[in-house]
Amino acid sequence: MAARKPTEKTLGESLRERGVSRRGFLKFCAATASMMALPPSMVPAIAAALEKAKRPSVIWLSFQECTGCTESLTRSHAPTLEDLILDVISLDYHHTLQAAAGDAAEQAREQAMAANAGEYLVIVDGSIPGPDSNPGYSTVAGHSNYAMLMETVENAAAVIAVGTCATFGGLPGANPNPTGAMSVMDLVKNKPVINVSGCPPIPMVITGVIAHYLTFGRLPELDAYNRPMAFFGQSIHDRCYRRPFYDKGLFAKTFDDEGARLGWCLYELGCKGPTTYNACATMRWNDGTSWPVEAGHPCLGCSEPKFWDAGGFYNAVSVPTSASGVNVLAAGAAGAVVGGAVAALAKKQTKTAVAHRQPVTVEELEAKL
Amino acid sequence: MSGSMEFLLWTKGAMFNIAIAIFAIGLLVRIAEIFMLGRAKNFAEARAGEWGPGLRTMFTRTVADPGTFQRAPFNVVVGWVWHIGFLTALLLFLPHIKLIESLTGLSWPALPNPVISLVTSVTLVALIATLVHRMTHPVKKRISTVEDYLVWAVVFAVVLTGWLAYYRLVNPYPLVLGMHILSAEIMLILLPFTKLTHIFTTFIARWYNGAAFGRKGVQS
Repeated sequence: MAARKPTEKTLGESLRERGVSRRGFLKFCAATASMMALPPSMVPAIAAALEKAKRPSVIWLSFQECTGCTESLTRSHAPTLEDLILDVISLDYHHTLQAAAGDAAEQAREQAMAANAGEYLVIVDGSIPGPDSNPGYSTVAGHSNYAMLMETVENAAAVIAVGTCATFGGLPGANPNPTGAMSVMDLVKNKPVINVSGCPPIPMVITGVIAHYLTFGRLPELDAYNRPMAFFGQSIHDRCYRRPFYDKGLFAKTFDDEGARLGWCLYELGCKGPTTYNACATMRWNDGTSWPVEAGHPCLGCSEPKFWDAGGFYNAVSVPTSASGVNVLAAGAAGAVVGGAVAALAKKQTKTAVAHRQPVTVEELEAKL
Repeated sequence: MSGSMEFLLWTKGAMFNIAIAIFAIGLLVRIAEIFMLGRAKNFAEARAGEWGPGLRTMFTRTVADPGTFQRAPFNVVVGWVWHIGFLTALLLFLPHIKLIESLTGLSWPALPNPVISLVTSVTLVALIATLVHRMTHPVKKRISTVEDYLVWAVVFAVVLTGWLAYYRLVNPYPLVLGMHILSAEIMLILLPFTKLTHIFTTFIARWYNGAAFGRKGVQS
């Protein structure tokens, strides 16, 4: 009898095979529930769902990216990357993490697509040169990124765009966007696309979205940018532990002044927390150790569209992106010249009218009657 | 695609440049025209200097005389309240100071945010009161034009969206911040072409009055 494909085993079976105890499994379920802001009463339901869930085949495509998203994923701690790959999903194709190379690697992708048609998940990191761009800007195994994406998502159940490049175009899409970089949701219209933005995204958000899909068999609730509300529902500013200083009007003016040492608000140093939606302030990084604002650096707004083109990283949110005082002065000077010309014209008209004034006598008026 | 963040970046980028250019050109056209047209030459011998009385009147006319207060106490009190509230929020709120600093290099200390939010709340109430008064007072109602209501609406929109943005009462936040910036830009664009120009011409007009009084030797 042919061996069962890994994806035919349920998650429960696979965990027991690997010697994971019931206790360890429930801990994983509890971590998943708290991560997705679900009440503890949901843990048994999650456990029951995951017990029966089949490990989905996952194809991970990397396009115009820096591998930062994969680096972030490898630092996931709840669940760990090992848990994720070995227990929760069947990661059948990933440039950086797979052992196979060359033709064997591409065959793995094609086999996974054929064996799990209509059921596999596609995860994308990196932006894609659009259909009108030179396909040679970015290729994998001789296929343009665009062709590979469209072929792979054809029979996918859903697509998860990971990182700001895949979700919004990111750095490759920054002005002037030389490669015509586009996001996954710009190109994939006939499949559910879920965006996990961030440069890079928080690792538990990547794994949390996958766990949610396995638990409930559907994608989580999304915001206007297709991002899961559980992680992107609140702004950095609203959840920032430095928020009380903003409310009191206490701001660090430089990176080494008294305010900076006392941990005051970083608004003046360019913090984009007020306009940025992400879970850094609550989930934090490196196993919950810290996050940028706690380390004393303003939020760059990396999980928002066009964050590279949103003005200087160290300019306050209220500062316009491209205005300059010189331009305003130039406009004012032009206005003054126009105003002067208008006034000179009016004066001239008055003078001409006075010079050409033709007095009318009473007799002339009476004659007209 | 286009969402709330793209909208915010449009108001902070292209639209801001358009608005500030129209504002600067329009305002300087108006002011240069006023100064260049000047006044008809007065051949009478001046009885006193112009500068002292002119400058003095710029301030004395700012405070309503007792007669005006008795005739229209609402106009004086509510007018003062919302003008001071508007200027306080405009000039002493930290994000506004950072914006001015980015354009001019000038900056000054800000008031704490709770003070600004209180002042803004009072300003909103005062502005609503001015609208009710305008729509119910028999004389004001008759002399009000479309421009009066338009200018009220724009000023109110700027304060209201700012207040909503401060309290983060609209989600997503970039949408309400963009609405606030856009309404301020509409105000900048309308400023040189409506009665809002008084922000710049009021004191010029008062100087002219005071200077004329001084020249004639009457009390300024």
